[in-house]
Amino acid sequence: MEKLTVLVVDDEPGIRSGVHRILRNFTVDYPFMDEMIGFNLELAETGEEAVEFIKKNNTDIVLLDNKLPGIQGNDVLEFINEQSLDTYVIMITSHASLEVAIRATKNGAYDFVPKPFTPTELKAAMENITRHIFLKRMTAKLNKEGKQIRFQFLSIMSHELKTPINAIEGYLKMMQNRELGNKLEDYDEVISRLKRRTESMRNLIMDMLDFTQIESGKKQRDLSETDLEQVARSAIDVMKPYAIQKDVEVKLQVSGQVKVNADPDELEIILNNLISNAIKYNTKGGKVECSIRESKGFATIMVTDTGIGMNKKDQARLFNEFVRIKNEKTKNISGSGLGLSIVKKLVDMYNGDINVCSKPDQGSSFTVTLPVNSNRQPE
Amino acid sequence: MEEKKKTIFLVDDDSDYLFQLKHHITKFGFDVVTADSQKEAEKMLETFKPHLAIFDLMMENDDSGFILSYKMRQRYPEVPIIIATAVASETGISFDLQSESERRWIKADLYLEKGIRPDQLQREINKLLKL
Repeated sequence: MEKLTVLVVDDEPGIRSGVHRILRNFTVDYPFMDEMIGFNLELAETGEEAVEFIKKNNTDIVLLDNKLPGIQGNDVLEFINEQSLDTYVIMITSHASLEVAIRATKNGAYDFVPKPFTPTELKAAMENITRHIFLKRMTAKLNKEGKQIRFQFLSIMSHELKTPINAIEGYLKMMQNRELGNKLEDYDEVISRLKRRTESMRNLIMDMLDFTQIESGKKQRDLSETDLEQVARSAIDVMKPYAIQKDVEVKLQVSGQVKVNADPDELEIILNNLISNAIKYNTKGGKVECSIRESKGFATIMVTDTGIGMNKKDQARLFNEFVRIKNEKTKNISGSGLGLSIVKKLVDMYNGDINVCSKPDQGSSFTVTLPVNSNRQPE
Repeated sequence: MEEKKKTIFLVDDDSDYLFQLKHHITKFGFDVVTADSQKEAEKMLETFKPHLAIFDLMMENDDSGFILSYKMRQRYPEVPIIIATAVASETGISFDLQSESERRWIKADLYLEKGIRPDQLQREINKLLKL
């Protein structure tokens, strides 16, 4: 059980032991919380003692009497604010005058409990503040994680975009300085290299758009009964010229009609990526087989190739963003390193599954399983 | 009599970068030998000794440039090494070979940003070759 540290500051021993008795076995729960929250109780007689304790210990809640022998409750509150601690204060005061209340509120007290209080009143105040702390910390944590991931993504993305721009700029400077001669023909190779590089940059940007749209959930979705065979056929048609150029044969095998409740555009992204990878990482004269079948409420798409394959280590990181397997066999193949992470994200959204099975130099096989009637996770 | 041209060994997995750098360095008056992967470079170094080497940092491994530098130092301790990369400006990772301990750890003589101007590169190469 998670425990919050509560410091009870009061010069009256009766109040200190009373609060201790009331809260010692008290717990707070909340529908969103995995577990209940309880309290570690610490006691202080004076404001000075309280400040000492707060300086040395992480204190979540201070139950603070305003009228104390030395420095006053409001002084302790001011100290907490000056240190900008993640500490919340409930003022306890027998003279709940408006003036004290205003001053304490200005200084950021979270709540008041007028003395004398009943156990129920104290428990209600504690319940309130505990939920507030829980939500506040949870929000802070989520924001931080989200920002961290965004930052990482952006820094890699800017690197990936800057590299081709540097290359393009380098060629332009060569042309500007007439490095290779004064005739346009002297630059034929440079121009074809420029074209290739801009083309790959365009693909990268398209992949990034797909990726960020899925990521931010902003893309308009349109779920409908979609025939997987149709989607696969159109993906194969689109890839046909590429397959011919690479001398790779692509086959489709469908057992019966397989329909999935899904956004056709998203299914197309999945199939396009899998089939184009199977062609791209294949060898001359190789084969790609895409098979689609349904069993027990799940549609299975399997794309198998006879290509270069990969080892276990590479398989493990394959679905991460911007991962490209770099080796002798892949060095002349261009890619954004985003395709499979996009596929994985989409498959996850349908509560589906993606797996890879691969052997170096023998080929890879990607299997996607999607529930036929997926109730997609709420965004 | 003109002295024999010195040989610069260029290793980078970006074929455009290799193409451009080869062009510039040839123009500076050096012979250029290239490799486009850490693996290929390692193999070539078994039979060939350049006067200076320029390694890209990230190739098939994130630290390919360091690995190559290390292996090259073992084989040819006197050959100057430049590590070139675009990593620093985006990620904030920076290597500075000022202190002795860093020089011992990173077995390179100089760390250069990709995209450096050709004339700056020429100056750095000449300095390392004591030309």
